[in-house]
Amino acid sequence: MQKIILVVAMLMVLNIVVAQPKQQVPIQLPTGFSSKIVANDLGRVRHIAVNSNGDLYMKLDRLVNGKGIYRLRDKNNDGVMEDTLAFGNYTGTGIAINNGYLYATSDQTIYRYKLDANQNIVNPDQPEIVVDGLINKRQHASKSITFDKEGNLYVNIGAPSNVCQEQDRQKGSPGLTPCPILENAGGIWQFSTTKTNQTLNDGVRYATGMRNALGIDWNNEVNDLYVTIHGRDMLYQYFPEMYDQKRGAELPSETFYRVKKGDDCGWPYIHWDHFQNKKILNPEYGGDGKKEGAPNAISPLVGFPGHMAPNALLIYSGNQFPAKYKHGAFIAFHGSWNRTPEPQEGFYVVFVPMKDGVPTGKWEVFADGFSGMTPVTNLSAAKHRPTGLAQGEDGSIYVSDDKAGYVWKISYNK
Amino acid sequence: MRLKVVIIIIGLIFLSVGAFAQKSTQSKSKLMLNGKKVYDMYCQACHQADGNGVPRLNPPLAGTVYVTGSKTRLIDIVLNGLTDPLEINGEEYNNPMAAHSFLTDQQIADVLTYIRNSFGNKAGVVTTAEVKKQRAKK
Repeated sequence: MQKIILVVAMLMVLNIVVAQPKQQVPIQLPTGFSSKIVANDLGRVRHIAVNSNGDLYMKLDRLVNGKGIYRLRDKNNDGVMEDTLAFGNYTGTGIAINNGYLYATSDQTIYRYKLDANQNIVNPDQPEIVVDGLINKRQHASKSITFDKEGNLYVNIGAPSNVCQEQDRQKGSPGLTPCPILENAGGIWQFSTTKTNQTLNDGVRYATGMRNALGIDWNNEVNDLYVTIHGRDMLYQYFPEMYDQKRGAELPSETFYRVKKGDDCGWPYIHWDHFQNKKILNPEYGGDGKKEGAPNAISPLVGFPGHMAPNALLIYSGNQFPAKYKHGAFIAFHGSWNRTPEPQEGFYVVFVPMKDGVPTGKWEVFADGFSGMTPVTNLSAAKHRPTGLAQGEDGSIYVSDDKAGYVWKISYNK
Repeated sequence: MRLKVVIIIIGLIFLSVGAFAQKSTQSKSKLMLNGKKVYDMYCQACHQADGNGVPRLNPPLAGTVYVTGSKTRLIDIVLNGLTDPLEINGEEYNNPMAAHSFLTDQQIADVLTYIRNSFGNKAGVVTTAEVKKQRAKK
């Protein structure tokens, strides 16, 4: 009997040890900020959301114990989120809280779960379907979501393509004009949250010409949509006569846009070049690295170095951080792969200071060190890859990682 | 006398085996060298320098039966590309691979021999005759 108790006790100790973060890389932050790991080892944690009571919701792109949504709650208010609720039997990326509902997305469906007065999910096994049948051809299939203040939902429908060639990703294959993909993908669609069981035709194509706007947030200060877009791949590999290895690693820019209804960001015809500050015609459409194109397309607010993969956007509205952060943008860069054999870049969270909806200064790296190494020669060696961002009620921000399934809470300590 | 002849014959056998082995090692290292050149130019952007690919997007070449198993399937993937969903070790990969039929039989044989014997893989060489045969089947 004593033996059994001993074994059970040992197993419990083991279990606790296992539950601790297996690896801890130091996260570098500006002076006055600190970070704390609040979740770990949950695998492919994509986007995250924090409710007004502090509950942290994580959307998983690979099921853990058969579940695709995890909620962590600090039941006894000791600062540790010890209570876990897992539900949802589907994988995906998008998750957000809006007007009494938790919204979550698979790669083709937008679901929602009613929250009660105590912020509990009313029926975790029977979500409502808000929109179904969104295009899912696997490539750029993640469905990121955000909301405006008028009860509209915005979803990124990424283009299942690199640059809309006749033969996708085939060197030498010409680009299609007009690009037929843009009819039902390659943009942001707007849906009403007052209806359920909608399909694409019930929505409005709010903006177009976006290859994959994985980062998406509503800026409440100026009441506009903001997005970050993944630029095209393979400029150097397909066109070494125009883009050498280094330029192919730096171009095209990853982009950050302010988007109004009807806007076109120019994909697939152009890419943004942050050296020339121009919309450069893609070579598949007759470009030579200098010729400009898509005169009616809007220009981004910021062009970042290429391929770093801006996976999440958060317009900061909290009061905890110093004044310069208010109304500015945090962007989580997943980290590149299309820079090989140059070192990979990204794996950090960037801050863009903004006021009245426009940048007021240069972007800067805000949180760094997620990869656990410098430089990152092989992507597979990177320890963590920032993927999701969320803001807590207290003004802290949260960063998720879809490599090892970590979430960090970042706070300002004055 | 008989003993001498036997010794000489045995010696010759050893010599010829040694020479053959040496020749085969030389040609394999040459295949590997040429294969790496093809790999660096056409493959590593997606499959990465360490052959581990990119999670969710581009499949790894290290430690998968797709690379170390059937040669005909592997040759077909290079010739025709691959757009079907691909699951390797429980992970799904979503970027399509373009057809690389523009590579010569020799380049394909070299690069496949290279990936079958790099990144911790150990598998047989792929010959130009094998590539030629698969190409003719198209």
